[in-house]
Formats: sequence, structure tokens, C-alpha cells
Amino acid sequence: MNIVVCAKQIPDPAEPGALDPETKTLKRDTKLILDESDMYGVEMGLQLADAAGGGEVTLVSMAPDNKVDGIRQGLAMGAAKAVLVSDPALAGSDALGTAKVLAAAIGRVEGAELILTATESSDGYTGTVPEQIAELMGLPSITFAKEIEIADGKVKVKRQTDDGYDEVECPLPCVVSVTAGVVEPRYPSFKGIMAAKSKPVDEVGVADLGIDAGSVGWAGGQQEIVGVEDAPTREAGEIIEDDGTGAEKIVAFLDNLKVI
Amino acid sequence: MTLSKIWVYAEASEGKVATTTLELLTKARSLADTVECVLGGDAADVAAELGEHGATTVLATGDLSGRLQGVPVAAAIAAAVEAGNGPDAIFFGTSYDGRDVAARLSVKLDRTVITNNTDVEVDGGAIVTTEPVFGGTQLVKTKFTGPGPHLVLVRPKSFAAEPAGGGPAAVEALAVPDTGATGTAVVTNVFKEERSGPSLDDADIVVSGGRGLGESEKYGMIEDLAKALNAAPGASRAIVDAGWVPYSYQVGQTGKVVKPNVYIAAGISGATQHMVGMKGSKNIIAINKDAEAPIFGVADLGIIGDVHKVLPALLEALQAR
Repeated sequence: MNIVVCAKQIPDPAEPGALDPETKTLKRDTKLILDESDMYGVEMGLQLADAAGGGEVTLVSMAPDNKVDGIRQGLAMGAAKAVLVSDPALAGSDALGTAKVLAAAIGRVEGAELILTATESSDGYTGTVPEQIAELMGLPSITFAKEIEIADGKVKVKRQTDDGYDEVECPLPCVVSVTAGVVEPRYPSFKGIMAAKSKPVDEVGVADLGIDAGSVGWAGGQQEIVGVEDAPTREAGEIIEDDGTGAEKIVAFLDNLKVI
Repeated sequence: MTLSKIWVYAEASEGKVATTTLELLTKARSLADTVECVLGGDAADVAAELGEHGATTVLATGDLSGRLQGVPVAAAIAAAVEAGNGPDAIFFGTSYDGRDVAARLSVKLDRTVITNNTDVEVDGGAIVTTEPVFGGTQLVKTKFTGPGPHLVLVRPKSFAAEPAGGGPAAVEALAVPDTGATGTAVVTNVFKEERSGPSLDDADIVVSGGRGLGESEKYGMIEDLAKALNAAPGASRAIVDAGWVPYSYQVGQTGKVVKPNVYIAAGISGATQHMVGMKGSKNIIAINKDAEAPIFGVADLGIIGDVHKVLPALLEALQAR
């Protein structure tokens, strides 16, 4: 079974993020890494392809400046190939613009029966792209999967809910978004890392996808950032080293609030 | 200047309206002359509560017979908008279904959707949203510039829910058009996890544990303490991902947003992801052995110490009272 996994390359979340003073959007001019949230999708894809007795995992990504470092991480885990959409016209794209590009790029992958995504990225975290891709491609979808199984041409998912989970079934092809923790992502082997360097990455622009440049990026935007301000900060509290009386301090604090 | 009409996507379970829906209604009625609800389901049990919070009408699809909300509700709303009955804006709570419906609808209408908002204002006729970024240290304000209806996803607990004292909302049918292949996902079973005590949403006190507990078994200390304080137990993403507790315990950006009177963070360092979900708590107590942990930056009382010593002592002191 051939599977597409949407893979976002983001600035390292361990580094302090910053907004571009001019565009007021997240700076992405640093080295980009594979979003940890997407590693679950890559792992899930590899396991499902194995379980189905074969097939390829193809990564689909959109990133500025033809950046591939994050994609190579996913290829090192075992994905066979990638489609990377990189185009100056895409700067400033909102979630809908991103979904239009990804849906068109997924359309270039032959025989894709299942499209996996994270539930949201770790930098933009809009959480709308998976459903937008599905709607653009005219496909059914199941979001927030915590377990996935393929049987009888159907995908069977445990979908996270507030109170527990729903069991949901859906015919293939479809889009499924996976929660963190759905599987344990593997560490790439040395062999995998070496092999990733020569795996094919199909680099395409907006025109190759048949997308009108005016409908994505800043040009296609339906919103304008009108201000950025510092959030109110909390007053500094009392921070003390535990000398054996820490628990008493907490009791006194709770007592003072009349909650015990 | 107010808007003419706002729709709120209503969510309900077993005849009870979701708190987030009531919060959105409360905000919406301060921004628009008319507030109506759209509901994927049967409105009979919820029309009174929705009306009491300001909805004059509930546009309801009726029973969706096992279908997920996203596809049918988005298709129904899009059809109503295209028929010329659309509002200026549609508010959705950031929930599993809220996101699905808003995202599907954004494609159907070719409208952007602005997400993760904690405030919505009307400025000179334009809708301006506020989204916290970088763990809530900065606020980004964004204005819709395209044609409406504008799609706004709002985080839970952004507003206080207050009844307006209105009578039951009128119920009107919202027709679901044929959704073809997109609508073929069906729910075959529903499982509810057993939880005792108050919920994370409603608890006056929340006690959360993180990686600093060391191992899965030690989460029992959090549950014992929660029981002693009549609190809800919560967790950081790290120990949810590690499988120590179910996802429904997670407090943070991708989990629950909580605003209790007292929040106790034990063995939680305070990653941005977590802080976003608990920073709004009235009083914060943090216990962590690392003096540099970011959680101390928001704590009213911080104990730099070992959770394995402080928590048992705290439990003993509370039980002795």
C-alpha cells in the first residue's frame, strides 16, 4: 500500500522563536528540522506499509528556499521519496493556502491510498490543514487518531474524544491525522541516514502544481496582522528552596486561600 | 459598531451544551445584533440552554446517525451561506469537532480560518482576533480583510459563560446536502474512560504531574493528592506521550486549557506547550528540583525540591487535618 505522509520542516522548537519585524510571521530563515509531530506519521506510515505487505511511504512538504534537512530525517527513518514544494510565491500562506499546495502535491504521488498528517504542527498549530486537504481532494477523513488499523480495504481508527475515544471506519483512499504517541518513532540507523542522501526529492514550484500564485501566499491572504504586543506578565511569586518545610508552606498557602 | 449576525457552532453531549459553546455565545452577543447557533444533531434537548445564553435560533441538522461532525455540518453551513442566509462571522471552539467543521467549511467557502484565538473584537466593522504566540508571551492581533463569513476558532476558557436570561431558542432545520465520498467515515463504537472526581474543566483545584515524577507508577501520588484536595488530576504532554496516563489528562496547547483557582504543577518544567494551558490559573504552585525550570516564572509559590519528598509530606499533612 502506498502512503503519503505530510511532513513539515520547522525551526528547532528548542531555539527561541522570533517574529520577522516586517511581516510579523515566524522567522524560518534558520536551519529547519522535521517537526516531531510528523515523526509519528512517518513511523505509522512505515508500519502500515509493512503490515500491508509492501508499498512506499512518500513525504510531501512545503518549505522556503528548497530546504531539505527535515525531509532527509524522514527519508532516513525509511520513507522512499519526497515531494518538496518551494516557491517564493508561497511566503505568507495561511493554512488554507498551505492545504491547497499540499493537496496538489499529493496529487502527483501515484497510487496513494492513505494520507497521514499530524493533528497540528508544532510552530503554527492551526490544526486545520488535514481536514482542508481532505476537502480539497474530495476525500473522507478521520482526525485525532490514537490507533490505526487497515483491514478489508478500510481504515479503522480509534479517534480521541474528550471523554475517551470513538471507533471510526472509513473506506480508502482517505486522510487520517495522528496524535503524538500513536506509535514510538524509530531512530534512523546509520545505514538509513546514508541511504537518505540519495533518495529522490521531487522539487516543484507553484506553477508545476497548476496553482494560481495569486491564490496562495501573501497575494491569496484574507487577513492582515495589525499588531503584536507583549502579553501581561504575572507578578513574581515566592520561590524557596525545600529545607524539609516545603509541604508546610504549601499547606499554609492553600489554607490562606481557604481551599482546604 | 456591532455586526449584524454571528453564528456559533454549538457542541453538546447527552443533552448538555459544551461550556465552550456557552462562552462563545456570551462573547458573540456582545458583538452582534443577532446570535444564532448551528448544531450537528438534534436540538430538542439543548434549545433552552442555548436560548438562555443568547441564541435566538438553533439551526439543527437533526441526528447525524453515526457520522462525524466535520463533513455533514460544514456542507450544511456552506449550503445555507450560499443560499444567502449567512452571517458576518462563525465562531467555533477549538475542539476536535470544532476544528474539523471549520477546516472543511473554509475550503467549501474558500475563506481563511483564524485559529487559536483568545479574544475577538469588532473594530470599525472589521473583526480583529487575538492569538497568543511563543507560549503566551506575545499577542498577535489579526484583522480579516476578505469577504465574510469570517471563520474564527477560539480557545476554550477565553471568556466567562454568562446566561442572558432569554427564552428557548427557536429550532429550524439545517439541511445536509449529499456529501458523496467525503462523508463516508462512520462511528461504529463510542468508549468513555471512567474518571472519578471533578473534571479538568470544572475543578477548583488541578494537580498535574510531569516527567519529574520519574516513573509511571509515581503518578499515583498525583491521584492521591487530587483526591485529598477534591481536585482534578492532570498531566504534561511528556508523560501522556510516554503512555503513563490517557490523553484526556493532558493540560496544554494540545490538551485542555484550565483556569482553576489553584494549579499545582509537580515535576513539570514548564515547556511552552504546557504553560499555554495553565497560565491563566488564579494561583500557581510549582514543585520542581531544577531551580531554573521555567515553571517558576509563573508560580506564586515555588518549591525547589524533590517531588518524591514534598508530595508524600504534603499528602500526610492534608490527611492529618
